[in-house]
Amino acid sequence: MTDTIAAIASGMTASGIGIIRISGPEAFLISGKLFRFADSKITIENVKPNTVHYGFIRDGKATLDEALLLFLKAPHTYTAEDTVEIDCHGGPFVMRKILELVLKNGARSAEPGEFTKRAFLNGRIDLSEAEAVMDVIEAKSDDALACSLRQLSGSVKNEITDIRKAIISEVAHIEAALDDPEHMDLCGYPEKLDKVTDDLILRLQKMLSTFEEGKIIKEGMLTVILGKPNAGKSSILNLLAGEERAIVTDIEGTTRDTIEETIRLNGIALRVTDTAGIRKTGDKIEKIGVEKALETAERADLILPVFDSSRPLDENDNKILDFIRGRKAVVLLNKSDLPSVTAETDLRKKTEAPVILISAKENTGIEQLADAVKELFFSGKLRINEETMITSVRHKEAIAGAVESLRLVKTSIKNGMPEDFFSIDLMDAASSLGKITGEDAADDLIDTIFSKFCMGK
Amino acid sequence: MQAIEEYTDVVVVGAGHAGCEAALACARSGLDTVIFTVSVESIALMPCNPNIGGSSKGHLVRELDALGGEMGKNIDRTFIQSKMLNRSKGPAVHSLRAQADKAAYSMSMRHILENQEHLTIRQQEVSEILTEEIKMPSAEKNTADKEIQPDKEIQPDKESPPDIESSDSGIPEEENPCRKITGVRTVSGAVYHAKAVILCTGVYLKARCIYGNISQYTGPNGLMPANHLSESLQKSGIRLVRFKTGTPARIDKRSIDFSKMAEQKGDENVVPFSFSTDPKDVQIDQVSCWLTYTNETTHEIIRKNIDRSPLYSGIIHATGPRYCPSIEDKVVKFADKDRHQVFIEPEGRYTNEMYIDGMSSSMPEDVQFAMYRSVPGLENAKIVRNAYAIEYDCLAPCQLKNSLEFKTIRGLFSGGQFNGSSGYEEAAAQGLMAGINASMFIKGKKALVLHRSEAYIGVLVDDLVTKENLEPYRMMTSRAEYRLLLRQDNADLRLRKYGYQAGLVSEDEMKALHVKERQIAEELERVKNAVVSPDTETDAFFEKMNSTKIESGMTVGELIRRPELSYKSLAPLDPARPELPIDVQEQVNIEIKYEGYITRQKRQVEQFQKMENRQIPDNISYDEVKSLRIEARQKLKKFRPQSIGQASRISGVTPADTAVLLVYLKQHRV
Repeated sequence: MTDTIAAIASGMTASGIGIIRISGPEAFLISGKLFRFADSKITIENVKPNTVHYGFIRDGKATLDEALLLFLKAPHTYTAEDTVEIDCHGGPFVMRKILELVLKNGARSAEPGEFTKRAFLNGRIDLSEAEAVMDVIEAKSDDALACSLRQLSGSVKNEITDIRKAIISEVAHIEAALDDPEHMDLCGYPEKLDKVTDDLILRLQKMLSTFEEGKIIKEGMLTVILGKPNAGKSSILNLLAGEERAIVTDIEGTTRDTIEETIRLNGIALRVTDTAGIRKTGDKIEKIGVEKALETAERADLILPVFDSSRPLDENDNKILDFIRGRKAVVLLNKSDLPSVTAETDLRKKTEAPVILISAKENTGIEQLADAVKELFFSGKLRINEETMITSVRHKEAIAGAVESLRLVKTSIKNGMPEDFFSIDLMDAASSLGKITGEDAADDLIDTIFSKFCMGK
Repeated sequence: MQAIEEYTDVVVVGAGHAGCEAALACARSGLDTVIFTVSVESIALMPCNPNIGGSSKGHLVRELDALGGEMGKNIDRTFIQSKMLNRSKGPAVHSLRAQADKAAYSMSMRHILENQEHLTIRQQEVSEILTEEIKMPSAEKNTADKEIQPDKEIQPDKESPPDIESSDSGIPEEENPCRKITGVRTVSGAVYHAKAVILCTGVYLKARCIYGNISQYTGPNGLMPANHLSESLQKSGIRLVRFKTGTPARIDKRSIDFSKMAEQKGDENVVPFSFSTDPKDVQIDQVSCWLTYTNETTHEIIRKNIDRSPLYSGIIHATGPRYCPSIEDKVVKFADKDRHQVFIEPEGRYTNEMYIDGMSSSMPEDVQFAMYRSVPGLENAKIVRNAYAIEYDCLAPCQLKNSLEFKTIRGLFSGGQFNGSSGYEEAAAQGLMAGINASMFIKGKKALVLHRSEAYIGVLVDDLVTKENLEPYRMMTSRAEYRLLLRQDNADLRLRKYGYQAGLVSEDEMKALHVKERQIAEELERVKNAVVSPDTETDAFFEKMNSTKIESGMTVGELIRRPELSYKSLAPLDPARPELPIDVQEQVNIEIKYEGYITRQKRQVEQFQKMENRQIPDNISYDEVKSLRIEARQKLKKFRPQSIGQASRISGVTPADTAVLLVYLKQHRV
């Protein structure tokens, strides 16, 4: 085993702690690239094996999460290879981001059951254990394929199958010409292939771009409640969550400045984020709170700005209204017992987003909010057609791999390489996509050659 | 009548391209060998196309030559035109093809056989293979055998089933070799005792030639078929299938109007097939081939008579090859094409017969005359020999190991078209491997198995024994996964050593190879360090070559990578360059120019090799491997792969199944 593999080891449900496991010769090296030890004296070079360390997961300059890392040295690990376990906060979003970072730094996404497989192959597991785990491997692999195919419904599957077919048909064209050069020539073919490749790359990239949206469906929309202090954000969050409970406050001085609550609203999952700083008192700090909230809202899928009907719209409110212009938002006008100062109509004048009258106290307005969010989704402002999206990291990797191979084809064309070199990378692209559809490129190729070209003298 | 009894080391059945190579390989390694043929005149006969090589087939011949086979040398002696195909493409797909003088080719090979020490030619039909049960010491038996043992002991009380019935049921599921070969019997009753037998029966087993509604039980060219051996093989538990192939008509040269055709000349500078042939010896006067096309009239004649074709009327049931379709197949399957190429190729220097390449057929005689005469230049064609299809018995090759030895009968090998392949080159390559491995077997040495990552021959054999083979198998360049490494130009560097180990490559040839290897290594090293500095002279050079000027010093190696430059063209900037043979220069150029791709393929090969090296023992019982899916278990039992890598290539065996197998093997520490 020469490569290093990684996967989320704790399942993708929201839980207290998530574990990402990296196994292979470069496990230490890779984690060193993305982990900053809290104790600055420790580096990846001098870290003692079989120790646990606290620190931060960093993507370039940005901190993704705080985490505990376990550094385990071969052969005394599950796989009998060098292993690093990242214990992070268990949100699916965070875990996925960290896994992506690990893959970006040189690991390969593990196949289903691959850690166990490596454990066997490295002689880590004894005879009696082996029997038991064998069934698991099989179940896992078959499941994974079924699951893979299930995830790929409708148009994505058709699109991938289509693109793969197009690639194989190009290879067949080249190969037929190589096998029967007196019958077919490839004059002007590189230019044609270059155009075809461009088109295929574009189509694959379009699919890749749905990865983010696909994720929204699977994990819920990142939703931010915005509002000046005492606008009623907390009560609305409690209302959405469907139970009265104090929102867990953030502990000062940690890197995390938001809290999340996953809420189901008519089948749509909202990952609602409230900002901690916003509830502090004192003008200056309040301002910082709003700034911070806006920063979080920048990357939100859905914004829920809250306005207090008992108070006139002020500078903060206007700032929020400004901010949501052109973004996906549903405006909430929170009704309190106090006399109404700001009316629905006042807000409608200032925003194009739908405005909903909501009362935390009377528990009204939730239905309308759900409808409004749905409307946003289905009217196309936010796509929710699951069929056009890819959601699995494995699929994303496979598609990205195919794009990479097609780019190499373009490089070969540009460098004036002979046509048979195009085949090499085209075949790689086809097998990348074949990993998703579960088809073998070599078998398909021979059949395509024979069905499309009249071979043989 | 008293039947004769003879003793020899090896018997080879059949003297076509496979048989000749097999027999020579055995005899040259010092084993007494008898080669049987139905007619001495038909040794190394080319009953179909008059050429050797072609895309990927040329690779096979170069590899065979590197291993010490005869085909490359023989075509170098008898070719009448030669071309390097795909010259404008990458080095991996350059492929040699030579037109042969068929009679000379056959005669020359016969001469080689006749004069080979330890080799005897025998004109006789072999009708039976002789085998005996292997008496295995009980210690060697595996657990599966032990479990079966009690049943066997009870059996004699009941009525024991007749032998034929058990063998007709096909291959036994658990294929531990239980029999070994002891020799062959001929139709005359003569017995030849042998330690190994190699079957190279080509298309002769129960051969039937067909055109229109005429069907004759003969081999090619009216030669005698072998009608008895099939039955003997089936009685020994060997499963046979029926394949079909075909050949076009031969037309009298004097009746052809060549002015209506395009002339196809050979290369000006001929490259020999054999690494041992001096290139000076192959610069001969070449003959031309000619190109013409079918047209709508041709296609109309075929369409109108299609119900009279034995393929469509149901007279022929056997499976034919997709890559070499008859003209009627082309017209039906590619109805949108308004013409097909037809190459007119001489059958030899001293004959007027011309081979009509591209128009093989099994149409009735009258349709053949009409359709050939509809082709420009063939209006007055006089047919010497009709086109025909031929049906024959051959092996379902999953019954073979990669060494081409039968899994169930020790010492029995087979090669060539009998193994379900097609083509002279595919046949010869297998014949050579079967011959080498028969001699390894007799000498008690490890079999020579070439991997897919080492040779096209490896791909050929592996495909045959691992894949469901539903049509005659033809080599294709796209079948080789690592073809950038398996070039025709480096076959000697890849394979000479194996030929030497098998005793088929001489000390001198080996020494020449070592010199070449050293020269390549030294020159690669030198070129990677030789620096070219920018000055007015180099500026002028780059301008002339349409290449970007260099700003600072660059090595010759770096410059070779530029698409517009090459090792050869950089000579003016490389004054310290030593004088080297062309083939060495070529290797240096390719190794550097395509280094990125080559390195990538080498890395893939490393991964591949790991799985290939995980051997599966012959006596594995797949019923004991839990968690295998039913389909996988059936397939594994049928093919009995020899390594995990091979198992993974069987269709119907998933990665999960391979994982389960790996675990099982690990568990049992095998």
